[in-house]
Amino acid sequence: MTFDGAVVRKDFPIFETEAHGKRLVYLDSAATSQKPRQVLDRITLFYETENANVHRGVYELSEKATAAYEGARDACARFIGAASSRSLVFTRGTTEAINLVRYTWARVNVREGDEILITEMEHHSNLIPWQLLAQENGAILRHLPIDDEGKLRLDLLEEYITKDTKLVSLTLMSNVLGTINPVRLVADAAHAMGAKILVDAAQAAPHLSFDVNDLDADFLTYSAHKMCGPTGAGVLYGREELLEEMPPFHGGGDMIREVWADHATWNEIPYKFEAGTPNVAQAVGMGAAVEYLEALGMDAVREHEMELTAYAIERLDAMGATIYGPRQLDERGGVVSFNLEAVHPHDLSTIVDQEGVCIRAGHHCAQPLMRRLGVPATARASFYVYNTPEDVDALIDAVEKSKGWFA
Amino acid sequence: MSLEDLYKEVILDHYRAPRNKGRLDPHDVLLERNNPLCGDEIELFLKFEDGQLQGISFDGKGCSISLASTSMMTEKVQGLSIEQARELTESIKRMMAGEEDGDPNALGDLVSLKGVVKYPVRIKCALLGWNTLLEGLAEGATNPS
Repeated sequence: MTFDGAVVRKDFPIFETEAHGKRLVYLDSAATSQKPRQVLDRITLFYETENANVHRGVYELSEKATAAYEGARDACARFIGAASSRSLVFTRGTTEAINLVRYTWARVNVREGDEILITEMEHHSNLIPWQLLAQENGAILRHLPIDDEGKLRLDLLEEYITKDTKLVSLTLMSNVLGTINPVRLVADAAHAMGAKILVDAAQAAPHLSFDVNDLDADFLTYSAHKMCGPTGAGVLYGREELLEEMPPFHGGGDMIREVWADHATWNEIPYKFEAGTPNVAQAVGMGAAVEYLEALGMDAVREHEMELTAYAIERLDAMGATIYGPRQLDERGGVVSFNLEAVHPHDLSTIVDQEGVCIRAGHHCAQPLMRRLGVPATARASFYVYNTPEDVDALIDAVEKSKGWFA
Repeated sequence: MSLEDLYKEVILDHYRAPRNKGRLDPHDVLLERNNPLCGDEIELFLKFEDGQLQGISFDGKGCSISLASTSMMTEKVQGLSIEQARELTESIKRMMAGEEDGDPNALGDLVSLKGVVKYPVRIKCALLGWNTLLEGLAEGATNPS
């Protein structure tokens, strides 16, 4: 059973504001989502009644802060089906989590001549860390191609995952094409060759229900800010045996057990990877975001977005827009990249903004993918729990207006 | 702030029918530049003679603001000395920075770009061609033909 976006919208204070005197139509949730009152209130409550440093004080307030922080970790683990919260490291977000794997696990396990496989649809955050590693140590970075519909070329998996492949790192859902990747299939192919798999779920976690065990992921990461939570919080899931073996990431307080003048021993996982005072309030907010989404039900979220996506594609199709990504609704999420022949995405974004409609224009942090699509830029509308068919209508009306300028 | 300030008729006219678009052969300088933020791309062809910009053309993909600004630029700087072209470019950049700059009539049609100032994210679009020209002028000055 799905929900009414117009009702959900009332949870989000930002929609009490206007854009250029018009009803705010926010269609850029793939970049960052808006935040419901439940999450904002939880963060305020933390600062007003529980704030202290975590894992340090022996006084009651510090215990409260620690309980809130660890409670959020439990929620984030539960959200992706992780059996133990020990396998969940809090980070600043997905980018930091991928860099954590690059500087710890990959530094030890990926050597000169070894291969790292990513895909042609990766966000820069799942490309640049591996470019840097390859430049540093002579590893080879390969890119699994996509087809013209924006789906992975699974027929080439055998060719691209070899005995030299140490890591396959890919997105569960593309932030440009909306493509939902068959990660389990890739994981099986990777594991068959002894490689590990890292799943970038930054775009998927806010919109899809999934389970790290079903995906058979070795690492998986997602960010709070795209799923109703605050900026500055995210998690890295890692198999416990991998996390145990990995060297630490940042050095500092909280990640140590015993410290001498010239050496130290490390705290247990996941704290070994959480140096310094963490973003406690943001982590607590992330936990509240998880609870907010759980209350809506992730299956209902998916159903709601499929309806909006179908409607948007139908309307954009009817006006002759070029739409990128898979056409089958069950193979894509609520991200619709498109182009109009007559209007450049930048002009489009400026003009629809005047109508209160926020869309993204540009390369969406995926320049190699743009080259593969053969376009310098696209416009992108992305949907979330607070969007309604009325928002799609507002987009289409605004797009129609933009065509008038360049006719 | 209204869209009429940004999309003035002269800008739309240059967008629909860009001037000096396409290769210029022979040329002394060819520069390829882009605006990584939005993916706009430009190729600028320059031909110098006796310290003057004798020929200029451009090619590329971009939004209306970047294409129209570049198109207007090619009309305006053709035949200018390297120094004059540089001065004009600097005054366009000052206009985009929101600084008042002497006699607005001296800029002619280029004044129509002033509306871009109210749309800060679009200033880079408007300056892509001009910044590329500045580099090209520097090359022309150091390698006179």
